[in-house]
Amino acid sequence: MSNKLIVSLSPHEKGELSVEKVMWGVVIALMPSFAISVYTFGFDAIKVVLLSVVFCVGIEFLIQKFMLKSETTILDGSAAITGILLAFNVPSNIPWWQLLAGSVVAIGISKMAFGGLGKNPFNPALVGRAFMLASFPVEMTTWPVPFSNIWSPATDAITAATPLGRLAEGGVKALGALTDPPVEAVDYIDIFIGKVGGSLGEISAAAILIGGLYMLYKKIITWHIPVFYLLSLAGFSGLLWIIDPSKYADPLFHLLAGGAMLGAWFMATDLVTSPMSVKGQIIFAVLGGLLCGAIRIYGSYPEGCSYSILIMNAFVPLIDKYSKPKRFGKEVNYG
Amino acid sequence: MNPVILYSVGVLALIAAGSAIILYFVAKKFKVDEDPRIGEVTEILPGANCGGCGFPGCSGFATALVKGADKGDISGLACPPGGNETMTAVGEFLGLTVEESAPTTAVVRCNGTKAKAPSKLTYEGPTKCAIAHTLFSGENSCPHGCLGLGDCVDACDFEAIYMDEETGLPVVVPDKCTSCGACVRACPRDIIEIRPRGRKDRRVWVACMNEEKGPIPMKNCKVTCIGCAKCFDVCPPVANAITMGNNLAFIDGDKCIACGKCIVVCPTTAILATFEPPKPKPKPVTEEKEASEVKK
Amino acid sequence: MKLKTFKLGGVHPPENKKTADIPVVPVDIPKRVSVIMSQHLGVPAVPVVEKGDKVKVGTLIGEAKGFISANIHSPVSGTVFKVDGVTDATGYRKDAVIINVEGDDWEEKIDKSETLLKEIKLSPEEIIQRIKDSGIVGMGGAAFPTHVKYMFPEGKTADTLVINGVECEPYLTSDHRVMLEKPDEILVGVSIMMKAGKVDRAKIGIETNKPDAINVLSEKAKDYPGIEVVPLKVQYPQGAEKQLIKALLNREIPSGKLPLDVGCIVNNIGTAFAIYEAVQKNKPLIERVVTLTGKGLKKGGNFLVRIGIPAKNLLEKLGEEIPENTGKMISGGPMMGKAINHLDIPVTKGTSGIVLMSEEESKRNIIQNCIRCSKCVSVCPMGLEPYLLEKLAEKDMFEECEKEAIVDCIECGSCSYTCPSSRQLLDHIRYGKQNVMRIMRERRQQ
Repeated sequence: MSNKLIVSLSPHEKGELSVEKVMWGVVIALMPSFAISVYTFGFDAIKVVLLSVVFCVGIEFLIQKFMLKSETTILDGSAAITGILLAFNVPSNIPWWQLLAGSVVAIGISKMAFGGLGKNPFNPALVGRAFMLASFPVEMTTWPVPFSNIWSPATDAITAATPLGRLAEGGVKALGALTDPPVEAVDYIDIFIGKVGGSLGEISAAAILIGGLYMLYKKIITWHIPVFYLLSLAGFSGLLWIIDPSKYADPLFHLLAGGAMLGAWFMATDLVTSPMSVKGQIIFAVLGGLLCGAIRIYGSYPEGCSYSILIMNAFVPLIDKYSKPKRFGKEVNYG
Repeated sequence: MNPVILYSVGVLALIAAGSAIILYFVAKKFKVDEDPRIGEVTEILPGANCGGCGFPGCSGFATALVKGADKGDISGLACPPGGNETMTAVGEFLGLTVEESAPTTAVVRCNGTKAKAPSKLTYEGPTKCAIAHTLFSGENSCPHGCLGLGDCVDACDFEAIYMDEETGLPVVVPDKCTSCGACVRACPRDIIEIRPRGRKDRRVWVACMNEEKGPIPMKNCKVTCIGCAKCFDVCPPVANAITMGNNLAFIDGDKCIACGKCIVVCPTTAILATFEPPKPKPKPVTEEKEASEVKK
Repeated sequence: MKLKTFKLGGVHPPENKKTADIPVVPVDIPKRVSVIMSQHLGVPAVPVVEKGDKVKVGTLIGEAKGFISANIHSPVSGTVFKVDGVTDATGYRKDAVIINVEGDDWEEKIDKSETLLKEIKLSPEEIIQRIKDSGIVGMGGAAFPTHVKYMFPEGKTADTLVINGVECEPYLTSDHRVMLEKPDEILVGVSIMMKAGKVDRAKIGIETNKPDAINVLSEKAKDYPGIEVVPLKVQYPQGAEKQLIKALLNREIPSGKLPLDVGCIVNNIGTAFAIYEAVQKNKPLIERVVTLTGKGLKKGGNFLVRIGIPAKNLLEKLGEEIPENTGKMISGGPMMGKAINHLDIPVTKGTSGIVLMSEEESKRNIIQNCIRCSKCVSVCPMGLEPYLLEKLAEKDMFEECEKEAIVDCIECGSCSYTCPSSRQLLDHIRYGKQNVMRIMRERRQQ
């Protein structure tokens, strides 16, 4: 035996889990949605996602290499997730420089300025999206019509309103004129599988669900946040719908349309920016769902999901402080 | 006049008056009677809040000083970072004379460098001596030696101690050291000691804390004190500074005259000094000893 | 039927119990043994022999000092070479009696026969006295003096004896082998303990990865009134006493209390066997079963080892060398055991196994930022927040640590094991816990 023995405190056994495995697991879970977006928007979708990932990873690399002069951790996959999620939150015809601006904000300001992975209080992709929505409101809310010019790059797409956009502008009656030309009423199957206009990743609830179930299976996330988020959104919108179905859309529509699914499964569950205890996660998700519903129904923006998550992100330290896990032997019950 | 302006002025005036009344009562109710001297003494102190005096922060020490001054005695109190200057100033302010104490500095009592006490094990875990100390005897297997993980460096508020990469041991910078004792408290193995700086900065000390009998520590470290008492024998009777106990020699810094005789007789070169000993070459020990005796 | 287990947290490390089928063989006695005087939790024993004294197997050589302490008996016969310090597993020097071995001459009072003695003749008080005299300690690893558990404080009674046959640590198989090879002795031992603790039921918890042990013991247990064998789901740390009581009886020990506060006494399988030998055969605790294993070893094995025999003799008996790429040696299991410096350390009463790990297995991964995945929170069997405790302890915020119940940590290591960022959670938590306990002690003294 030639080498020196290692001495350390127990445990000497180490688990299988690693940051890389967790992060690349999320990337894999995002792939079904990516596939649907490519199917729907064609080459543009590939271009936007690739550009966004390259921007995010590149900016992280540059910051770590030249500003922080620390070791680069771009291979851990977290920047790639931010890139994909940011791309999923924008229309497929977004100009590249706007995407770059969003990436700089997402990675540079929202993540690296706070100390990198694990230290950021807000979900970087959502901060990037919020920045882009504030800076480029027109480009961010003009969506190309699905299946138009699928394989020809960079077309001036005809705008197609999202289901939620219709709802915000025209009220529940406008939902009858969802597709173009407006003949048939809103088809939930279409929204579910993604045959509607919208941002890249949020169009297909089915694909998101597949990815979400994969993450549950791989134990990357627990079921509490997505389920409670969606339940609370459905409950809130459902209550209003029961009160007045002619004025408010039904809960199923709210669940399937817009970014609710993407937000609930991929953004609210972001490990870094969600609470630690199960109790805290439930509080986080329920309040997030309510906020989302409130912004959609009463706010001036059609989409409330991303803001609801960003606002709840700010409350995470508070939630963590007051929602402790159940301690063993604190509430004793003599069996 | 525009009634809006009138209303505004009136409302603001009312608010101001109300606030003033509340402030008046609050100030009355929560008034703290503090000896104004405490604040002034705190001003004189260095403000490092190092805790070296044994009180919680400088204001705590100032309170103790003022209390002591009321009794007419502050002799047991000293501010290590401020030194004599500060204490004289405090004494002047409080109208008392302060005895000057000899300047002191921290000294590392271990010389188990990477070369002299080679590591046999690799430690994995937080770089904190306190944690490693509970785990094992150290990478070089000496249960009394420096662990080299730098708790003392972290504890020092004055950047007066740093790790020497080559030796793996902490080094004290006497000019920056305020003898506050933070490193002494941080070291889990009590290796660091506060000693008088000595006349002309001449200090001699046993750089070992090992209490085992000779052959056992020699397996781990070449410069351990083996308790042979040779230094004890050569220490001039005038000084009589060396005491033996637990297989270990100890040089009393107050008594040592820094003659350097003990340094040359030490068979393991465990005694260190801040100056060149009379015969610096640690050649065959017996010759060295004879030479110094002949000289005498 | 749903298997019983504890509800909160837990992990399932790879079991690697490759020595489970290898029968226990005794290790030859070397020429010299070193018996450390502090083999148990509490105050070290005081040597009562001097250089040159003749001792036999079973002669008292160290006397318990203080309430929590245990006697130590000579495991060999021969002459005391000296009473001196030896380096223990951690590299620190401990008092020990070093004996030169001459023959194998046993004290006359010890019954060396193999016959099973079922009838319990002693009264409860006599049993406890015998346990104390024989120096029996918990054989699971912590080595808590066993007689203390049976000396109930005023007004406390127990209703259930819980026997820990879980052996939830990966690699180790010593308890498993004892259960397979000495089932009757264990059951008599459990009956003795039931009599000593004045309880009329005992539950033996065994994880389902030892089906043969469950079968043997539950078959035999039919002849012993009050003893029930309960199969448990494989989950770490099932063998921690709080978790075991929760799994078997659904009782939660309140924070800072002992099993007796919920009417339980918890003992290990190995302890039951040692008590059988002490009470029925008058044989003090001078030997134990130790597993020697590791992926680098060809076979590994289970050995009956006299206390004080150096660990390297086990390897000699096995006929193997230390594997070339060994990076770490562990006394105990890989989850809670201690890393040791060399194999010259003598086996003590608490040594349940020696595990050799390759360099690759033992190197820690690079520490990354906490990604707040909350895995550590979900696996903590005590419902603590390891990520928070780590941060607080690292910053020496001990008051906050105390508020976050750091002293409830059982140091099982599930958090460090599971952390995807390979953070040194338990190292810092231990540091914080030690400091908080010191602060609490100082406060009590004032």
